[in-house]
Amino acid sequence: MSDIKITIIDREGHAHQVDAPTDMNMNLMEVIKMHELAPEGTIGICGGMAMCASCQCYIQNKEHLMPEKGYEEEDMLDQAFFVEDNSRLSCQIHIEKELDGLEVKIAPYNAD
Amino acid sequence: MLIIGAGPTGLFAVFEAGLLKLKCHLIDALPQPGGQCAEIYPKKPIYDIPAFPEVLAGDLVDNLMEQIRPFEPGFTLGERAETIEKLEDGSFVVTTNEGTEHHAPVVVIAGGLGSFEPRKPPITNISKYENKGVSYMIKEPEDYRDKRVVIAGGGDSALDWAIFLSDVASEVSLVHRRNEFRGALDSVEKVSELAKEGKINMITEAEVVGLKGDDHLESVVIRHKGEASEEEIKETDHFIPLFGLSPKLGPIANWGLEIEKNAIKVDNSYDYQTNIPGIYAIGDVNTYPGKLKLILCGFHEAAIMCQSAYQRIFPDKKYVMKYTTVSGVSGFDGSKKEAKREVVKSIN
Repeated sequence: MSDIKITIIDREGHAHQVDAPTDMNMNLMEVIKMHELAPEGTIGICGGMAMCASCQCYIQNKEHLMPEKGYEEEDMLDQAFFVEDNSRLSCQIHIEKELDGLEVKIAPYNAD
Repeated sequence: MLIIGAGPTGLFAVFEAGLLKLKCHLIDALPQPGGQCAEIYPKKPIYDIPAFPEVLAGDLVDNLMEQIRPFEPGFTLGERAETIEKLEDGSFVVTTNEGTEHHAPVVVIAGGLGSFEPRKPPITNISKYENKGVSYMIKEPEDYRDKRVVIAGGGDSALDWAIFLSDVASEVSLVHRRNEFRGALDSVEKVSELAKEGKINMITEAEVVGLKGDDHLESVVIRHKGEASEEEIKETDHFIPLFGLSPKLGPIANWGLEIEKNAIKVDNSYDYQTNIPGIYAIGDVNTYPGKLKLILCGFHEAAIMCQSAYQRIFPDKKYVMKYTTVSGVSGFDGSKKEAKREVVKSIN
């Protein structure tokens, strides 16, 4: 097992330091779901295909280590709300050991 | 059986029902069968369908359509199931948004993530102006003739409508959060051309954050990006936010079904029936302890559900589950598929 530490700030503003495995082919959205840091049905609705923006996060540090945004992610962020310069779809961020110490904040969920 | 949702799970339920001689009709809000697989990711490969090391989502749908063809399912496509009424005899009438009525003894909800509806921007008073200046889609372009229109969004539909309405409306403004647009290249070029000619008023690095007006929309509040976050009030007759579609459980959420985690609660220990006897929910739309949202799980749920639905429809009939390798498949169209005799080996 090779875990890294990620700090996730939930939608209520509470910070949680969680373990994220680097050997399970996981993405950040799945880590958030795994630790139940956002209610089911309000995150990762599309399953991680960059099609719903419910997993939008604000990257608080290590932005230079983030993978490039793909077309689908850019397209989805154009249709999303509460988008900031540091917004990313967490389903598009693969958990790598370089991301140890990453801090992210989950964006608000727009029920409409 | 009436099946709401023509995605993979709904389609496979037709097959399982057909083996029991139950005829099915499907309703789907999308214009073609296949659900998300056909609408959103037809060209994406799926790797976890048993015995298919790799299959494109679109091909999976085509194969399912071929598999259920002998059972001649009916389709009502492009209509959304809106209301349900339970009749005295325990059967149901489901009415679509177009007013089409379907009557069946059993209703199966295989609605996946729900029906895809326009995404509404999080502007607090937006619902107040719906149909009073705010619309999420353009049904009748003539409604905008000689009117002032503000469109928000940066995708193809925002660009295409901005181009189209630039000839119809008296003024078209396009508000987008970035300087770049991700629509089709020729649409992007056309919009910038029209902007240069002054036919489209481009407002980029900005978003609409407020709406004003007494009875009807009179102006929008536009916030420009930047440290000062300055706000601009723009008078307009119409505001059309075009931010794509997102899945919603929709009217089904008001059918009196027990909802948990944005999904329909079912009894997974028995038959995937909901809290309303005679209404089942299978596939991604349901939830139960240990639920996995996988197509293969939807297939399993469809098979189990059909046994229970059969007993509900024919309470006095006895039934024994049959294997297709033994009994073959007899279609309602008179077709019959069965194993050739010589395929069967004797056991010594």
